[in-house]
Amino acid sequence: MIEFRSVTKQFPDGTVAVDDFDLVIPPRQTTVLVGSSGCGKTTLLRMINRMIDPSSGSILIDGEDTAKLAPVQLRRRIGYVMQNSGLLPHRKVVDNVATVPLLNGVPKGEARERALELLDTVGLDRSLATKYPRQLSGGQQQRVGVARGLAADPNILLMDEPFGAVDPIVRAELQRETIRLQQELGKTVVFVTHDIDEAFLLGHQVVILQKGGHIAQLGSPAEILANPADDFVATFVGADRGKRALRIQRVDGRDVVVDQNGTPTGVLQP
Amino acid sequence: MNLILGGIAWILDPANQTGPNGWFARLAEQLGYTFGAVAIAAVIAIPLGYLVGHTGKGRDLAVSISGGLRALPSLGVLILFGFALGIGFKAPLLTLVVLAIPPLLAGAYSGFEAIDRRTVDAARAVGMTELQVVGKVEVPLGLPLLIGGVRSSILQVVATATLAGYIGGGALGTYIFQGAATRDYEQMLGASILVTALALVLEGIFALLQKLVVPRGVVAKEPQEVRTRSSRPRAAMGSPIREGK
Repeated sequence: MIEFRSVTKQFPDGTVAVDDFDLVIPPRQTTVLVGSSGCGKTTLLRMINRMIDPSSGSILIDGEDTAKLAPVQLRRRIGYVMQNSGLLPHRKVVDNVATVPLLNGVPKGEARERALELLDTVGLDRSLATKYPRQLSGGQQQRVGVARGLAADPNILLMDEPFGAVDPIVRAELQRETIRLQQELGKTVVFVTHDIDEAFLLGHQVVILQKGGHIAQLGSPAEILANPADDFVATFVGADRGKRALRIQRVDGRDVVVDQNGTPTGVLQP
Repeated sequence: MNLILGGIAWILDPANQTGPNGWFARLAEQLGYTFGAVAIAAVIAIPLGYLVGHTGKGRDLAVSISGGLRALPSLGVLILFGFALGIGFKAPLLTLVVLAIPPLLAGAYSGFEAIDRRTVDAARAVGMTELQVVGKVEVPLGLPLLIGGVRSSILQVVATATLAGYIGGGALGTYIFQGAATRDYEQMLGASILVTALALVLEGIFALLQKLVVPRGVVAKEPQEVRTRSSRPRAAMGSPIREGK
């Protein structure tokens, strides 16, 4: 469990990125922080592994105040996946995946063996292990990034817009993989995105943020859709448009679901 | 043309090759100055450049110091040091160290600066200490530009080491200053040809070295689409959210 307790972050230039933020992130679930750029979502994520320290307030992981932990040790037990993978270009895929175990002093052979298993886990062929990141496609690089994040078997996986830079088809693949991995491995995933569809697809809990890290609404995707807290949220999730505003039409004794424009999208099953 | 042939003849004459005043020994002195000065300068400039490149602090200072050092006329510096330290190898060596520092400093910090910030950020985020970020990420990725700095440093120093002869510091310049005094143009030319050839050979070696130290993954290119799994059904494509109400 990760807890934010009245966390405020003011940067040296005076910008208040996060203002008095409280949140409880439940374990073994995916929590998505979603909002437009400048809402403080990445700042919040990076405060969990102390890449950024809060100006005031505290962040607790399983009841332990992270301010009392050494940042380097903390980061090694939290998986981190970023946009554009952030792989080391001069190291082979297998060595990139093994980075954290090697830092933790795991013997090289053992770390590599584990890295190869992780390639299987994230759906990459082992033949890619000896390639360099640049020789891989964007989607493959991103999978390697996920494998690296999982390498030290962390309880927590932080994902900072990890699929922002890949094409829509690969992105859909990676989203499915992320759901599968979360279910199989039971990690606590904290995911940052600006894409509300991605948030609803991946999140057990979705946190919609406004400027300054103010929570506009917090809940499951269904709860948010059923009952948007205010106009901002309604507009944000697009509650009144397209596939989010469905109606039922009775046709030949069946309930046909149509969208805003009257285009049929499916049939309600009895 | 006869003069150049005379210079070559001077080089080929065995009498000019061996002994304490033969050009074998003088060439060795020239090399000694070059590598000695660059090595001393490297000990000073590379850690300093790495510090500047890693922290991003003191960059302006580093730029103006190296710019200032570059602007110093070597002959003037040599005479100044000569007055202070007397005849011998110390004053030329020190002069050459001053000359060698700017390109090394620039090579060291610009090598770090050229690295994608996101790579460094990711290294830190997965739990590397600052020293590990430097040693495992910044140094290897910054190596090509550093070697570039070493290369231009060597090139400048090997040519300027000729000045050592001006204050009795030996090396190939000795022939040139002697030759000028005694109007022995063949000897002057012979020595000049040797200096030029030495500079070209060193340049070639370091150009090659610079290519060799580019980390392999950085040269490797051509992304290839290798799908390792059959295509999957397409999931919902995201639409970016809209700002505000």
